[in-house]
Amino acid sequence: MRWLKQIFSRRRTYADLSDEIQQHLEEKVEELVAAGMSREQAAAAARREFGNRTFAEEDARAVWRWPRVEDFMQDLRYGLRMLGKAPGFTTVAILTLAIGIGANTAVFSIVNSVLLKPLHYPQAEQLVSLHQIAPGAAGLADFESGLHLSPSMYFTYAEQNRTFQSLGVWVPGTANVTGLAEPEQVRTVGVSDGVLQTLGVSPVAGRWLAKADQTPRGAETVMVSYGYWQRRFGGDRSAIGRNLMVDSRPREIVGVMPQGFRFVDTDFDVMVPLAFDRGKLILAGFGFNAIARLKPNVNIAEADADLARMLPIWMDSWSNGPGSNPHIYETWRITPAIRPLKQEVIGNVSEVLWVVMGTIGVVMLIACANLANLLLVRVEARQQELAVRAALGAGWARIVRGLLVESLLLGLLGGAMGIGLAYAGVRVLVAMGPANLPRLAEISLDTRTIGFTVLLSLFSGLVFGLIPALKYAGPQVALALRSAGRTTSASRERYHARNVLVVGQVAMALVLLVGAGLMIRTFRELRKVEPGFTDANHLQLLRASIPGSLVAEPVRVTRLQNEILDRLQAIPGVKSAGFVSEMPMEGFDSDWDAIYAEDKNYSDGEIPPLRLFKHVSPGFYETAGTRIVAGRELTWSEVYGLRPVAMISENLARELWGSPSAAIGKRLTEFPKMPWHEVIGVIQDVRENGVQEKAPEIVYWPTMMDNLFGPGPAGATRTVSFVIRSERAGTQGFLDEVRRAVWSVNASLPLASVRTMQTVYDKSVARTSFTLAMLGIAGAMALALGMIGIYGVISYSVSQRQREIGVRLALGAQAGDVLQMVLSHGAKMALLGVAIGMCGAFALTRLMTNLLFGVSPLDPFTFATVAALLAVVALAACYLPARRATRVDPMVALRYE
Amino acid sequence: MHETQTMKNDKQRDLFPGALEMMILRTLKRQPLHGYALVQHIKRTSNDLLQIEEGSLYPALQRLLKEELVKAEWGISSTNRRVRIYKLTAAGTKHLEQEVSRFEKMLEGITRVLAPGES
Repeated sequence: MRWLKQIFSRRRTYADLSDEIQQHLEEKVEELVAAGMSREQAAAAARREFGNRTFAEEDARAVWRWPRVEDFMQDLRYGLRMLGKAPGFTTVAILTLAIGIGANTAVFSIVNSVLLKPLHYPQAEQLVSLHQIAPGAAGLADFESGLHLSPSMYFTYAEQNRTFQSLGVWVPGTANVTGLAEPEQVRTVGVSDGVLQTLGVSPVAGRWLAKADQTPRGAETVMVSYGYWQRRFGGDRSAIGRNLMVDSRPREIVGVMPQGFRFVDTDFDVMVPLAFDRGKLILAGFGFNAIARLKPNVNIAEADADLARMLPIWMDSWSNGPGSNPHIYETWRITPAIRPLKQEVIGNVSEVLWVVMGTIGVVMLIACANLANLLLVRVEARQQELAVRAALGAGWARIVRGLLVESLLLGLLGGAMGIGLAYAGVRVLVAMGPANLPRLAEISLDTRTIGFTVLLSLFSGLVFGLIPALKYAGPQVALALRSAGRTTSASRERYHARNVLVVGQVAMALVLLVGAGLMIRTFRELRKVEPGFTDANHLQLLRASIPGSLVAEPVRVTRLQNEILDRLQAIPGVKSAGFVSEMPMEGFDSDWDAIYAEDKNYSDGEIPPLRLFKHVSPGFYETAGTRIVAGRELTWSEVYGLRPVAMISENLARELWGSPSAAIGKRLTEFPKMPWHEVIGVIQDVRENGVQEKAPEIVYWPTMMDNLFGPGPAGATRTVSFVIRSERAGTQGFLDEVRRAVWSVNASLPLASVRTMQTVYDKSVARTSFTLAMLGIAGAMALALGMIGIYGVISYSVSQRQREIGVRLALGAQAGDVLQMVLSHGAKMALLGVAIGMCGAFALTRLMTNLLFGVSPLDPFTFATVAALLAVVALAACYLPARRATRVDPMVALRYE
Repeated sequence: MHETQTMKNDKQRDLFPGALEMMILRTLKRQPLHGYALVQHIKRTSNDLLQIEEGSLYPALQRLLKEELVKAEWGISSTNRRVRIYKLTAAGTKHLEQEVSRFEKMLEGITRVLAPGES
């Protein structure tokens, strides 16, 4: 604390010092006078003996100072004063920085929240997703989610593992909740025992679903999410213990999960126990996501090995029924590939975000280059001032520091404003971002983001400040005094720094524009793909589910759906209507199974490739605009007559029988006990998993078929997407009429996922359009900044060379020569920049390979177009100042000085 | 710029850094003194061989104060003048011993090198 005392007693110390010196001089004078000198002589002698009093006193005071801090404060005050004196420059600089830093902060806050922060679970680093691949299970193999677990697999893993603290399976779904207000379709998640223990998040009220809740035919219980609790029960604790009618069955609410709790990447309203009936399980049924918590000090490779060890145990412990070969799954080559849960949650969005982050960072660099250019001009104008300061004894390190303090100040001011912009920017980004952007709710400006902003501000201040500072504050600064006041045409070297900056800007702009160009090409390629439906804007979708507790008999379910279709078709403006188990790209979990063709031979126990299968109503293809390539569509009489018919996709027809027409009349089946179904139609391929994904092979069954599993005569598809073609799709009035039409058939049917097919389509290309938008914005900013950069440099060099140009003109140079001279200066920079940028783009665009579709990352067309565009724009930016150069009046220019 | 520098150089021509401080400490070891008396004593004792600007005493004194090798108090001098009297602290005594022994070693070294007849 001594230093603190020193600071506060400093005034006193200085006063003492002054006093003391005064006393010293007086004593001396008195002594000399006493020795016989006159008072004047004595005073002069005393001063002589003492030396320079000011120096002595100053040196003595300096002992008490902190030169670094105090010089810095002085620099700071000086910097603020200088910035205040140039409001135009300061405003432009701060705004540029604020936009650049704001954009970077916004993107970083998303990268930070989505990619960097750990998941919101205790010890989240131990959490894994039990991902497994199965190269031998065709159809399932190219599934991004790999081979899900079957319930029997879950029991084997849960009971026999050595590497997990806990594990469990879960599956998202929907259910109808009735009896509260109007019927509502809610998002559910079914969980096995072990899931909640794995995630480790305590309920905010009530208790977890316990092992006892998992017994089949036991107590029927549920947990609800915080949001649902607030929405439906107003956050009332008495909700615990109440019954909720889930799919027309009463279930007791036992607990509420806390706010912000998400199920891996899924939001839910109601959590229901899966309650597997262990005695009835078979090997198959690969429909469940699995999560687990690793034991401490167990790594993923060890856990993988543990799963691999248990696979044979699983095959030996269960069966697919008498006569089936349990080791058939060896041909699937099931391989555990456990992933950190975080990776599972983030999915494929990380690439997009890193590309966007990189892009926006490059824009920042270009902006910094522009600012450095501005500062160079400014410092050049201030050379005299700097020279005077140097002459007055300021060391050049001190001058550099002064200039740096100024640019750091700019950086920090820009950063402060940038945080404000980022706050707004994050909202825009989140709204624009891919609809399935994971961890959306977690995005916020936290301390790490603010830290990033501060660092970025300082770094950018340093980057654009250091260049002019080092260039002009160097030891040669004194030279400036001599040439001050004379604006000669300076040597090339004088422009060197600025030229380099501009070349760099052009190069970086080119890289960004190539990126944006590639995304545009990708987007165009995507638009060219026939998705398997037409005019998505006029396709209204809605999803409805008829649970067994509401309508038990399958035939009545189909009749009800048929009736709904009739009512829908009666709405004015509706061309046609149909339904299907799920529309392409809707992202509901699809059904896969092995499909056998009658005329193919299968060796004993061989399982043919898995195919996607769907159930459709008559009129569906016509409504969706899916072409029938060969054969015909289903009829209602075939549905009600339970006729064994099927339709297949064109690629499946070609694979099995060579051509669409050859497939008509052939027969296939799902499994041996099911009757052979005759192929009556071959349907256009549909981009089921998104436009960028290959169209899968699909089998379309009638919506109602002979019941193959349980008792009863027939099985109907209970959850379907209704598809309505109408010009009025999506309008409020139309939706009201649609709802009335459905409810006139059955008033307790909740409608979910009401949207147009266009929305579904847009969502499926959201990743591409988001990347395109971001790269487009970044590219446009880069282009504008680069143009301003070139314009600024050429324009400044013209104004500096006025005298030289005047002399040239006076000596007979033509306007054309001058124009050419100036333009070639710009062209040289632009071409060099383009050349360097090409190399950069060549190296960098491969990073975005996975974001591209139908275009190579080295697409020559894009490269050539962008290079040409940039060259033209650069020349255009040079043209204005070049024109001005030709108008220099030699007399004025020469007299000017 | 050049003038100021040469002046500064002249001022310290005869002294190496720390020499003045060492002499101050040595003088104060004999008795506490105020600034004027201190410089007169040093000048007198050195037979005016050392050209010391009286003013240069004060930065040196401030340095010693800051490092707490001396302490100062206002008092009344024998000539009935209000003066600031400096006194050696314990740390100052110790510091002086170290400095003197270092100086003596240095002096011995220099003397040996300068001594005639040896090579």
